[in-house]
Amino acid sequence: MKKGRIIRVSGPLVVAEEMKGSRMYDVVKVSDERLMGEIIGLDGDKASIQVYEETEGIGVGEPVYITGEPLSVSLGPGLIESIYDGVQRPLDYIQKKVGDFISRGISVPPIDPDKKWKFTPTKKKGDQVQEGDIIGTVQETVLVEHRIMVPPGMKGVIEDIKEGEFTVNDQIAVIERENGEKIELQMQQRWGVRIPRPVNKRLPPIKPLFTGQRVIDTFFPIGRGGTACIPGPFGSGKTVMQHQLAKWAEAEIVVYVGCGERGNEMTDVLNEFPKLEDPTSGEPLMKRTILIANTSNMPVAAREASIYTGITLAEYFRDMGYSVALMADSTSRWAEALREISGRLEEMPGEEGYPAYLGSRVAQFYERAGRVKCLGSPEREGAVSVVGAVSPPGGDLSDPVVQNTLRVVKVFWSLKAELAYARHFPAIDWLTSYSLYHDSMLEYMKKEVAGDFLSLEREAMRILEEEDELQEMVRLVGIDALSFSERLILLAARMLREDFLHQNSFHEVDTYTSIKKQYCMLKNIMLFYRKAREIDIDIERLEELDILEDIARMKFIEEKKLQYIEDLGNRIIKTIKEAGGKGESPERDRKEKEEVTDAN
Amino acid sequence: MRTEYQTVSDISGPLLFVEGVSGIKYGELCSVILPDKEKRFGKVLEVHKDKAMVQVFEGTRGIDIPESTVIFEGKMMEMPLSPDILGRVFDGMGKAIDEKPPILPEKRADINGSPINPYARAYPNEFIQTGISSIDGLNPLVRGQKLPFFSGSGLPHNKLAAQVARQAKVLASKEKFAVVFAAMGITFEEANFFQTDFEETGALERVVMFLNLADDPAIERLSTPKVALTAAEYLAFDREMHVLVIVTDMTNYCEALREVSAARKEVPGRRGYPGYLYTDLASLYERAGRIRGKKGSITLMPVLSMPEDDKTHPIPDLTGYITEGQIIFSRSLERKGVSPPIDVLPSLSRLKDKGIGKNKTREDHADLYNQLYAAYSRGKEAAELSVILGEAALSDMDKLYLEFSDRFESEYISQGEYENRTVEQTLDLGWNLLSLLPKRELKRMRDEFIDKYYLKGEEEKE
Ligand SMILES: Nc1ncnc2c1ncn2[C@@H]1O[C@H](COP(=O)(O)OP(=O)(O)O)[C@@H](O)[C@H]1O
Ligand SMILES: [Mg+2]
Repeated sequence: MKKGRIIRVSGPLVVAEEMKGSRMYDVVKVSDERLMGEIIGLDGDKASIQVYEETEGIGVGEPVYITGEPLSVSLGPGLIESIYDGVQRPLDYIQKKVGDFISRGISVPPIDPDKKWKFTPTKKKGDQVQEGDIIGTVQETVLVEHRIMVPPGMKGVIEDIKEGEFTVNDQIAVIERENGEKIELQMQQRWGVRIPRPVNKRLPPIKPLFTGQRVIDTFFPIGRGGTACIPGPFGSGKTVMQHQLAKWAEAEIVVYVGCGERGNEMTDVLNEFPKLEDPTSGEPLMKRTILIANTSNMPVAAREASIYTGITLAEYFRDMGYSVALMADSTSRWAEALREISGRLEEMPGEEGYPAYLGSRVAQFYERAGRVKCLGSPEREGAVSVVGAVSPPGGDLSDPVVQNTLRVVKVFWSLKAELAYARHFPAIDWLTSYSLYHDSMLEYMKKEVAGDFLSLEREAMRILEEEDELQEMVRLVGIDALSFSERLILLAARMLREDFLHQNSFHEVDTYTSIKKQYCMLKNIMLFYRKAREIDIDIERLEELDILEDIARMKFIEEKKLQYIEDLGNRIIKTIKEAGGKGESPERDRKEKEEVTDAN
Repeated sequence: MRTEYQTVSDISGPLLFVEGVSGIKYGELCSVILPDKEKRFGKVLEVHKDKAMVQVFEGTRGIDIPESTVIFEGKMMEMPLSPDILGRVFDGMGKAIDEKPPILPEKRADINGSPINPYARAYPNEFIQTGISSIDGLNPLVRGQKLPFFSGSGLPHNKLAAQVARQAKVLASKEKFAVVFAAMGITFEEANFFQTDFEETGALERVVMFLNLADDPAIERLSTPKVALTAAEYLAFDREMHVLVIVTDMTNYCEALREVSAARKEVPGRRGYPGYLYTDLASLYERAGRIRGKKGSITLMPVLSMPEDDKTHPIPDLTGYITEGQIIFSRSLERKGVSPPIDVLPSLSRLKDKGIGKNKTREDHADLYNQLYAAYSRGKEAAELSVILGEAALSDMDKLYLEFSDRFESEYISQGEYENRTVEQTLDLGWNLLSLLPKRELKRMRDEFIDKYYLKGEEEKE
């Protein structure tokens, strides 16, 4: 192997000379401890290297070995249920090998090389194949059929294809190219993480990615293949929301990237996911999940890589025709890793010390999301939806990472500290958040959920907006100055906030709400509001109606008892009618007479 | 390999540059010998060709360029460890400063530690009863958690930290425990307060103290929490003890870090703190936790004073992004006579959910704190409104909430320095106050708990 010589060590940055022949983004092994690094700058025969492991104890003069391969991930059966660090080293395997603390210079294969998988071919000898074609399948977990594809850039005739139990490195097929060259295929392939995997065609999202979270699905939906961000100060609920999405989003594959955050949060996922049931299949959620954990105390450069490792794995499953959801918590830590390395490279700093290319890196990352027509046959569609948490200093949204992210993502879930302090969770501020997918999802929602879903949502949002203005008035002149209809708006808004938007992730039922149930709940609240508007009653009496308690408890009704919520609608109508009947205002009398007449 | 040079070329703040070196490793420990034979310790921050940049922990004052010798020790900075460290007092670099015999080390450990493999962690879920309602009831602490105090100068954070150290216990457990106490830049008086408190409660032989006081070298504060956490890791994971680590004041640590960063002429981040402050703090805080298959644990309670009481200042801000919650002290509550003056609304314990509930504390605990938070927050809103418009402008319900929040502050949050409430007492107190409100208002509470506990509250009132 060719090698260079270290001339500088500064934290995660190492500079080496005599590096002729190496290329940008190639992987190198630093010192005889063989720490993994990547070339991020070249100047003559000098290379700047970001090292994915702790560099303590490394000194000038030590060797740097050039591998000639770009930073890549291994793709093949065995990815699901894994937990990797930022450069795809399996953390479970590392623990077995070196113990509870991560030491360095460990080289382990990302995918278990000894495990055998049952490969069932879907193509036969003599078939003409090209890139992206599915040539066979492996049942990787109960939930995931792993589809083995012809790697990008390859085309030819199948000369041989096998059936049976194989390891990922065994040869399963041979393809003869037009020029007569024979290529052996294994189930395992490699792909450079910094290059997006090719697709046939990109398509706009048209279907929502339901998440079981009411404020999201109803008010600020994300499309399948869409992008969203969750900025907010610490403690506002970014991580809980990301976990909720990883648990309940209607995706076939979930890639969860813990990027520079807490170790215990990954442990939490590791403990919970094998126990939680996927609401559609009833199987453990872990059976569709890949975890990437590069926590805050792990090497900072590997944190930078973790995002790319994650998205490449996501694209790979997308190419099989799956809907994949990727959560990254937190993209700010990734940006900070960029900043730290850039600072050590002594690059010209931009805003807040971030490198000038921050914006383009953020955009490139989110551009890898999308709904696509996959390469190859059979014809299929896949999607990668990306949700990034952002952790701005002091919760200040003018932060460059937030601003650069908002420029590219289509959904903004804005977390507000005040809501979190009042323990209103999810603390998504309904007045400032937005989703640009509303219109493109319209058709789908009308057809698949309910014709009046959108009008209900609009009406509810208007009430919430009016509440904001009315509260301003209350602060100036007191509650007594408001009219009945204004106070009714305040009541309806409170119901929307407390009985619909508020959702407790830690309550066994409340944690997930199907879109059907969301619709029924919203409908009942709006029904109450509309009916109450028609009668004449003291607001205090209205507030004391027992039916309000029933409405408040809808969220705790199990999915299988949806009928109860549907039936509640009739009770709401009846209760309000009766309540309206006991007042003493002439207006109410007139109405009552009309109703009697109607009945006759 | 040990090498010696007399080639100091430059001194800048706490940094020293040595030329013509070879074979020097990044992060290596070194000793600087002054002309008068005084010995100081340093650490290599960067090696570039034949130059090494050294950070001197005791400061560079008095170092003479031509006359000083730098010895590179060929190893990292290590802390000697043995069970005998219990009951002992060390300086900020791990050197014993009491008059007791030297420690015979059973092992030596690199003070930087290594990251715990996230796969090896055990999720903290054992409730620690601190006897303090605003913690136990609303922000429960669990073993292996890192829960900081965000305070301000002059606020009683040290008293509360000492109270936690005194009262903390895990229900139904008699395991070995220890306290590691690290002081960074606090006054002699403050450190002495802790020492006396440990002495009086007879805890001293279970305590390891690391003292870097206000008049000790500032850069030494960078190693103080590291040696303390190294000791804690040893006690927890080699010696199977449950260790409570109190480090105070993290603000002084961060200032030392800023000083070094400025001397290196790095591009400053917010308020002059280096861009890697988050990563640096994380490498300390994340050393807390539990490990699967190991008995011991490290529970970390860093104390920091928020400059200008500003929670968005980088030190509390980045801390809050790493720790598993925060207990926030409020000057306005202090003025109001609420003691301890804990502002519970922005306070948080992120690990509470798995540490409480049936068989741990009580089934209604989670609903109860949610309800108390919601009610207190509404009461505070009503209070604000009544300041503007007068109490008469409040609705009857708002008035009830106002009464609730006043009593909540004076009866629930307030408690004596030596008052040790059981978690049941804390929970019952919560119900007692909630029963001021009509049942209908308790939207965060499951019916079964209302049936079971609400009346109880009312009866107690009568
Ligand atoms: N949807 C939710 N339901 C209930 N509690 C929540 C919810 N979201 C957040 N929380 C509470 O807020 C705390 C902080 O949330 P977290 O997601 O860790 O914040 P962040 O990642 O923004 O710092 C959690 O520990 C939990 O107690
Ligand atoms: Mg978080």
